Amino acid sequence: MENYLIAMAVTGCIYALMALGLNVIWGFAGMVNLGLIGFFAVGAYATALATLKFGLPMVAGMATGAALAAAAGAGVAMITARLRGDYLAIVTLGLAETIRIVSANTIWLTNGTDGISGIAGPMRGRLSPTEFNLLYLGIVAAIVVVAYVLAERLRAAPFGRVLRAIRDDEQVAAVAGKHVMAFKIRAFAISAGAIGLAGALYAHYTSYIAPDLFVPLFTLYIKLALLAGGLGNNRGAVVGAFLIVFFLESTRFVIPWIPGVSAVQGAALRELLIAALLIVLLRYNPQGLVPEQLPRLKLPAAAG
Amino acid sequence: MPPFLAEIAQLVVNGVMAGTILAVPAIGLTAIYAVLRFPNFALASHATIGAFAGYVANVKLGLPVLPSVLCAFLAAGLVGVVSDEFVLKPFRAAGFITTAIASIALTIGLENLVRFAFGNELRGYDLPIMRDWRFGDIRVGPQQLQNLAIAVVAMVLLFAFLAFTRTGKAMRAVADNPMLAAIKGINADAVSRLVNFVGMGLAGLGGMLIGLDTTIDPLTGFRAILSIFAAAVVGGLGSIPGAVVGALTVGVGEELCLLFLSPDYRSAVGFMAILLVLTLRPRGILGARAY
Repeated sequence: MENYLIAMAVTGCIYALMALGLNVIWGFAGMVNLGLIGFFAVGAYATALATLKFGLPMVAGMATGAALAAAAGAGVAMITARLRGDYLAIVTLGLAETIRIVSANTIWLTNGTDGISGIAGPMRGRLSPTEFNLLYLGIVAAIVVVAYVLAERLRAAPFGRVLRAIRDDEQVAAVAGKHVMAFKIRAFAISAGAIGLAGALYAHYTSYIAPDLFVPLFTLYIKLALLAGGLGNNRGAVVGAFLIVFFLESTRFVIPWIPGVSAVQGAALRELLIAALLIVLLRYNPQGLVPEQLPRLKLPAAAG
Repeated sequence: MPPFLAEIAQLVVNGVMAGTILAVPAIGLTAIYAVLRFPNFALASHATIGAFAGYVANVKLGLPVLPSVLCAFLAAGLVGVVSDEFVLKPFRAAGFITTAIASIALTIGLENLVRFAFGNELRGYDLPIMRDWRFGDIRVGPQQLQNLAIAVVAMVLLFAFLAFTRTGKAMRAVADNPMLAAIKGINADAVSRLVNFVGMGLAGLGGMLIGLDTTIDPLTGFRAILSIFAAAVVGGLGSIPGAVVGALTVGVGEELCLLFLSPDYRSAVGFMAILLVLTLRPRGILGARAY
């Protein structure tokens, strides 16, 4: 039981890291990413291949994963930066699907649908499962704290202010002399990098990755987390991530008790519930539990 | 014909046939985009719904292919109107990004309704087994030719509707300039309901046509979505003739890539086409603007 709870806490931290990353583009800059899971997969596969095939240490593998995901993010943002935002939606969704297709079929590299197993975890062999879980929880929690502090800094910094200006009115930001394209590309790269790092952390935690794990539904989980917690708000992103893990896990326990529903139907019901919840939250509660609070600027004392 | 040329000719023929079928849902997508100005990802689940409605008509009720195809169109069109009215329409005021995200959630929701009702197993339509016809070195299946004919008829009807009827002209007017159309007294709500009916109906029809060639399952629509979006983007998002040109381009392109790629990568070819077009000519082959 305690292993299960710790595992859920680790999952919550990984989701929180992604929600913080997504918040940079969706919450601050008003950009869309429908292929979040693609960047997660890039991070996971990159670190798995780097550590298993090239023998890099774990930290270097994770850095590679985050860097490659950030580069992919910068790439899609660059291609669509001049276009209306709906092209970014199409390209991100397409990228995630393409990554899934390529990872499922490029057997010499990714082992196809069988997936890659035996990905190393920090001191996995030398610790008991509970100790390993606790150690890993410590690592991901520390990373989430660092990411949170960085995200808060970003929010209050001029960079965050420009992103909010772009979100509210791109033209005004451009007229104010901001290089809108460059800001969008950098924001997207930061966001994709955080999501890629989350993917790398996931790979080293579970030691096994396969294309089946990287389904579009997963993208909805993180959107749901951010919406539940509060769009544009870092505290909301972290709170929302844990809420979503709790919600997902509780449906796992409740649905088998519904009479007359087969396993496939139960799974369908669960996904239906998640989709419906996202639509309802998006419509009725876009503020979330923790509404966005704009950082206050200190006004100079009024003269006289 | 030397075998190499014969192979290429066969791939081009296959590509034109696949592209013509792909054009049907791509027109649906681009028509909805032209009027409502957002990429409607719910198209995927509506293609699946059409495929399953056609399956119920064809296998459970024992109807022949043609009436079943009509059922696919009507069922997906009706679901399209209802789902837009109650789920997507309220989001439009919040902007196209929010609407697009809601449409992704909608498509996963509807896909799972189908999964709840029919399960995950692959299903096939009840079709007579026929020998392929041969023209020199090129083989064509009679069923493929029938699918091709259905797709062409559906497109001709649609073009006639848009060109010659008052309602069709009203639809084009709203797509062209919503403000001016409103001043002229065109009811934008009626037009958006109509475009959802026709667009999602075409998606359903396309879903069934894709299924007639292979099998169907709840993911039928989602697997096709990348090629459908590629067709619409390559032709120019919002342009209906563009969707046809784009679909033929993507269809032939996907087949020709089989010369050096395994068929598993087919959808990835569509994605490459999207990236290429957005880099070189974002408004697509026949599109007006993408900014």
